[in-house]
Amino acid sequence: MSSFGSKRMAASSAVTAGYVLKPPPFSLDALEPHMSRQTLEFHWGKHHRAYVDNLKKQVLGTELEGKTIDHIIHTTYNNGDLLPAFNNAAQAWNHEFFWESMKPNGGGKPAGELLALLERDFTSYEKFYDEFNAAAATQFGAGWAWLAYANDKLKVVKTPNAVNPLVLGSFPLLTIDVWEHAYYLDFQNRRPDYIKTFMNNLVSWEAVSARLEAAKAASSSSA
Amino acid sequence: MMTATSSSLSSSCFLLPSQGPNRRMQWKRNEKRRFSRKVAVSGVITAGFELKPPPYPLDALEPHMSKETLDYHWGKHHRTYVENLNKQIVGTDLDGLSLDEVVLLSYNRGNMLPAFNNAAQAWNHEFFWESIKPGGGGKPSGDLLRLIERDFGSFDEFLGMFKSAAASNFGSGWTWLAYKANRLDVANAVNPFPKEEDKKLVIVKTPNAVNPLVWDYSPLLTIDTWEHAYYLDFENRRAEYINTYMEKLVSWETLSTRLESAMARATKREEEGSDTEDEENQDVEEPEVYLDSDIDVSED
Repeated sequence: MSSFGSKRMAASSAVTAGYVLKPPPFSLDALEPHMSRQTLEFHWGKHHRAYVDNLKKQVLGTELEGKTIDHIIHTTYNNGDLLPAFNNAAQAWNHEFFWESMKPNGGGKPAGELLALLERDFTSYEKFYDEFNAAAATQFGAGWAWLAYANDKLKVVKTPNAVNPLVLGSFPLLTIDVWEHAYYLDFQNRRPDYIKTFMNNLVSWEAVSARLEAAKAASSSSA
Repeated sequence: MMTATSSSLSSSCFLLPSQGPNRRMQWKRNEKRRFSRKVAVSGVITAGFELKPPPYPLDALEPHMSKETLDYHWGKHHRTYVENLNKQIVGTDLDGLSLDEVVLLSYNRGNMLPAFNNAAQAWNHEFFWESIKPGGGGKPSGDLLRLIERDFGSFDEFLGMFKSAAASNFGSGWTWLAYKANRLDVANAVNPFPKEEDKKLVIVKTPNAVNPLVWDYSPLLTIDTWEHAYYLDFENRRAEYINTYMEKLVSWETLSTRLESAMARATKREEEGSDTEDEENQDVEEPEVYLDSDIDVSED
């Protein structure tokens, strides 16, 4: 894997390299009423945990054993012809990134450089908001919607199943999980309501800004 | 088959139209049947697919599938697919066709047109409700059991493979038992001397809204493994949902009836001659997704 790839990995995440189920940076009930404790108990405590546990089992005794998650993701993406460990590895990564994209009393508008770039690349924050919501709402089946950074531009990306922008050559800055397990207990089939609640009440713009800084630093240092 | 009333789904929706999946006929716009449209009081014409209720009350599958699940899964998810499909196709070329035809046309050889997801999900869900019944489960019998034993070794082996496919279908999708008639396993091949042995049962897993109609297979059984199908009752325990489904819910009688129809249709196609075995049909791709139990992404 190229050193640019590893910089992109390290820069865009606080994700640990080991196969550890890291708890979210808030207690499981801290996002109520927007995301219930019950959802966190299942989503983090069972789904996310299972991806981590299954990844460990899956790489045991193979040449992937002992490699970092970022290495596994890049290797097993295999240009879209996914190798067996990809789904568990990418889902482990995606979920940690997701928890860290949120905070209690989140939402509102971003500020500073992030806001400036959003206004530059989407014309206005409102246009970005609409585009992000639309991507999240129209990702049919299971998947994720992202704000990502590449070539000094911000863009909205939607991906199926476990795919994330790392393997597509961009730095992820923000994600929303639109697998049904992410919102079913709280919103049942009302995915648009879940997305709005996420954007209005949960997004941690500080985390997104910090990721943007890291992404820009990583991009320029490898230029 | 095609009625003069609004094109609601009939209970025989799992059959392909009786003229056979003769693609030349199906895809000629000028042979499209005209249906009378439902006209609302306001005079606005709507496309006519209806949300058919399951063939049992919404609480009849308890405790294996809760009323709450049926309320949401049928009452909201399935309903939304039907309503959105109607809105999507009204006034277009797809308006007035049967649901099977909309599915096949909008599949567009894998380059799906916008109506595909709603149409296929409407089809899939009706097929799903009719695949199960209160007091279901047990074992198949007759021709169905004979073919299962012939093509999978034994009923238990079939069950193991089917459950494994359903458990390992990552993301959203469906797993199917289907009857595949009259084709070799090689893409674009035509068998000039079709034999009974060429007709096989296969297990297929599909992503999102895709179903085996698009490969000209006759579906016999499906299980919905979108999370919305099992989350309220089983949370993330998909394997338990699959076990319960197979042991307590599957309606083998319905599957046997579907198999009979599929076999009869295959025979009729042979009798009608080789015009169904022409170059047009060789465009049908072999399915992209087969049973692959090497990939284990089950969550429990």
